Amino acid sequence: MKFSIAVHEGPYTHEASDTAYQFVTAALEKGHEIFRVFFYHDGVNNGTRLSTPPQDDRNVIKRWSELAEKHGLDLVVCVAAAQRRGIADADEAKRNGKDADNIAPGFRISGLGQLIEACIQSDRHLTFGD
Amino acid sequence: MLHTINKSPYTKNSLDTCLRMAKEGSAILLIEDGVYAALTGSEITSTVETAMKKHTFYALSADLEARGIQDRVIDGIKVVDYAGFVDLAAENSGVQSWL
Repeated sequence: MKFSIAVHEGPYTHEASDTAYQFVTAALEKGHEIFRVFFYHDGVNNGTRLSTPPQDDRNVIKRWSELAEKHGLDLVVCVAAAQRRGIADADEAKRNGKDADNIAPGFRISGLGQLIEACIQSDRHLTFGD
Repeated sequence: MLHTINKSPYTKNSLDTCLRMAKEGSAILLIEDGVYAALTGSEITSTVETAMKKHTFYALSADLEARGIQDRVIDGIKVVDYAGFVDLAAENSGVQSWL
């Protein structure tokens, strides 16, 4: 079965990023397909490679990047939410005249249409967050 | 339809809203702080027990254990792990995430 996921909450706010990650991992283990994970609102903060949590804490961002690399996941960050919160890839940084980018490996920046498409293309859609 | 509740009934009204909207025979899964609704002997217990006559209630084991309330769950609420969560999402016709 094809699942798509939306994450609406920052990586260390409550528990949404963790639950979404655990759900995605369990679904992949069962042989389901994850069509896309879309990060919206404060959820875009899941996509900064500059996050440096203490070594004995879980690294939410790195965990997503590693899962994306292992399973070829499509991790999409909403562009408008990302601009507000200072999440940029090289193209976005250049377009907006910024001196650096910070997108984490495995993430890409795109528009809200990607969420709608994910809902249409998937058998099930789940939202995690506030 | 599977309904997920991720907020405590003492901080948000998502469980109340869900119970008002859910069709009879729905599956309701308590996750994250939503698992506090599964606690027996609490202010919300009778509401949940009444709702259990119409719907099937589930609670996520990892979130119950993280809060130390796994041994105080209302009788009849089914405890599932993440794999069980995936199965519920797949078996039901759709998922409504109440936030």
